[in-house]
Amino acid sequence: MTTVNRCVRLGLVALLVTGCGGVGGAGGGDGAGVTLTMMGFGTGDEIARTRFDAANARIAPATATAAEGSFDAQQFLSAVASGQPPDLVYMERRLLGTYASKGALMPLGDCVAREGIDVAAFRPAAVAEATLRGQLYGLPDFYNNRVLMINDAVAGEAGLATDDWDALAASAERLTVIEAGKLRRIGFDPKIPEFLPMWARANGAELVSADGRTAQLDDPKVAEALEFTVGLIRAQGGWAAFKSFRDTFDFFGARNQFAGGQLGAFLMEDFYLNVLAENSPGTAVTVAPFRGRDGKPVDWITGNAWAIPAGGAHQEQACRWIATMTASDTWIAAARARAAARAAAGKPYAGTFTGNVRADEVIFRDVVRPNAAVRTVLETQESGFSLPAMAAGEEFKAAWQNAVNRVLDGRQSPAEALAQAQQQAQAALDEANRGG
Amino acid sequence: MARRDTWAAYGFLSPWIIGFLVFLAGPMVASLVLSFTDYDALTGTEFVGADNYRTLLGDPRVRTSLGNTLLYTALHVPVTMVVSLALALLLHRAGRRSAGFFRTVFYLPTVTPKVAVGVLFLLLFNGQSGLVNRTLGLVGLDGPDWTVDPSWIKPGLVLMGAWSLGSTVIIYLAALQDVPRDLHEAAQMDGASAWRRFRAVTVPAISGALFFTLIINTISSLQTFDEVYTAFYGSANQQTYGSDAALFYVVYLFQQAFQFLHIGYASALAWLLFLIIMVVTLVQVRLSRRFVHYGGG
Repeated sequence: MTTVNRCVRLGLVALLVTGCGGVGGAGGGDGAGVTLTMMGFGTGDEIARTRFDAANARIAPATATAAEGSFDAQQFLSAVASGQPPDLVYMERRLLGTYASKGALMPLGDCVAREGIDVAAFRPAAVAEATLRGQLYGLPDFYNNRVLMINDAVAGEAGLATDDWDALAASAERLTVIEAGKLRRIGFDPKIPEFLPMWARANGAELVSADGRTAQLDDPKVAEALEFTVGLIRAQGGWAAFKSFRDTFDFFGARNQFAGGQLGAFLMEDFYLNVLAENSPGTAVTVAPFRGRDGKPVDWITGNAWAIPAGGAHQEQACRWIATMTASDTWIAAARARAAARAAAGKPYAGTFTGNVRADEVIFRDVVRPNAAVRTVLETQESGFSLPAMAAGEEFKAAWQNAVNRVLDGRQSPAEALAQAQQQAQAALDEANRGG
Repeated sequence: MARRDTWAAYGFLSPWIIGFLVFLAGPMVASLVLSFTDYDALTGTEFVGADNYRTLLGDPRVRTSLGNTLLYTALHVPVTMVVSLALALLLHRAGRRSAGFFRTVFYLPTVTPKVAVGVLFLLLFNGQSGLVNRTLGLVGLDGPDWTVDPSWIKPGLVLMGAWSLGSTVIIYLAALQDVPRDLHEAAQMDGASAWRRFRAVTVPAISGALFFTLIINTISSLQTFDEVYTAFYGSANQQTYGSDAALFYVVYLFQQAFQFLHIGYASALAWLLFLIIMVVTLVQVRLSRRFVHYGGG
């Protein structure tokens, strides 16, 4: 009987302890026993692990647990709808506007002031992508640049210029190989639908107004850019053959499209330099800025962001955590860890584009020695632009991508498709901005 | 005594009844209510009456997705039933040991996750290097771009659907094994040809199984999602080119709910699909009275 009583008492004590210190519990004033929950972030590499550990050390004795896996809208919606949002969320910056406009994310003004975060340390294009109606909703994390990558073995010394569209079309056709009616090599891949914003910008147009409220898809310059890029694809065997052939590429492998001579050049995000360096280091690739018709570099940037869901139980600690994750010192430490790990494995490390100006400076000065390709990306990123945060970002994107697909499928002309997309996108933006 | 037995029956049934109420009936009622609201899971719920239903009637993408889904169903169900029946007849004639082996072989793909089937579709049906076109090339045929050409996307998906017809084959095989042998022998003695015996004896005898698979395959075809979403909308490599030829109804419903956060509208879409399935099923049940024969009936 005594044993039973002791067990019951121990059980009650255990219940009290776990009840006070469990997930979402109030915790002590110093954060003892508090565990921050998050969605969308995994600690799969040195960059992530080093920063994660630094942020956890900063909020100690509280701690945060990684969720692994990328952001899942269903999971996030379910958590918010059930009144149990995570403390932290990591998502693509383009998604921020939609969730922020619906009040699902906290504006970070107080957080920035409280933690003394230097917003000017982040690259302006990244900040613009995370800012809706003048309020910052996410701290930028990574800065994905898009540049022109040229397969030297295919293009030869002539290279490829993107500011003269007639010359570009001629080069694309010259580099294309079609044998017995089958496409054997793509000369130049303009990467549409996904890179239409770059082509529009290169032609002097923007898909949406700077405040993210007015769609500008029916701008004739956008249609002209689409006409040109679709024309490039038609001249290289047509969309069906072009895409089928592209789908056969060993994109992340040693027999990738550059090593196998299946591609002359394409527009691509900078991360692919690391893929090439790892898998086909012997393949000569030239990296050049994608230039608009006015000759100026055009670099559409994207990336992720850290945000704090509204209604989260531990917003102060969450703020401190994301401030540490995105701080320049944290990025630099992470880059050093990555460089050391790659060196130990005898593999190259081309550096990490962080979105944090000071971190970039130190990483590419002290941690890695940039080669010509990386130097080009570094120069290009100074002219990076982003699409502004939008209250209906996903619907806006779906509208213009579906329009491009209708043109690629041969069902509509560029002008018709974009006029339809304009109506759909504007209706979605108006609806989402109603009352906001 | 009978009353006690009834309560005992309810007791044994209760896990299913509770599951049905909590996981099926409850969400159905909730989605019906939500279909009359402007709900996004993040902000408050606003009652909008029949607005969502009016919107879906005028939504061109609803028409596109519904047309794709109905056409796919019209192609997929007969192909599945005919091919499954042919395979089941072959298995029925095969020896006991080889029948067991092939039964397993045919059934195994059924347990393959639909997501994997979507990826396989892209690999096997690639217009340039896919196994299907390579095989066609061996007999001098130039295969189409199944995964990109809008005219060939649905036929390709229908052919890919044959990958997982194992469960239908097993049902037909079980039905064939129940066909009374003496009827066949009597017909044979009367001089009936093999085709005549199949038409006049086998088909009526297995008509119950045929009807069951007709209903089940029709419903699952109308709800096709996983493999199409994986192939055309899900992966980072594919999501930018979601051909309208592959815009199936449930894919569009999913986009509205979880991409655009129009959960109220998506609920209305779900109820339209429910009504369509109900009408199609009722028509099938009605027609079945003419050709389905139940043993002992």
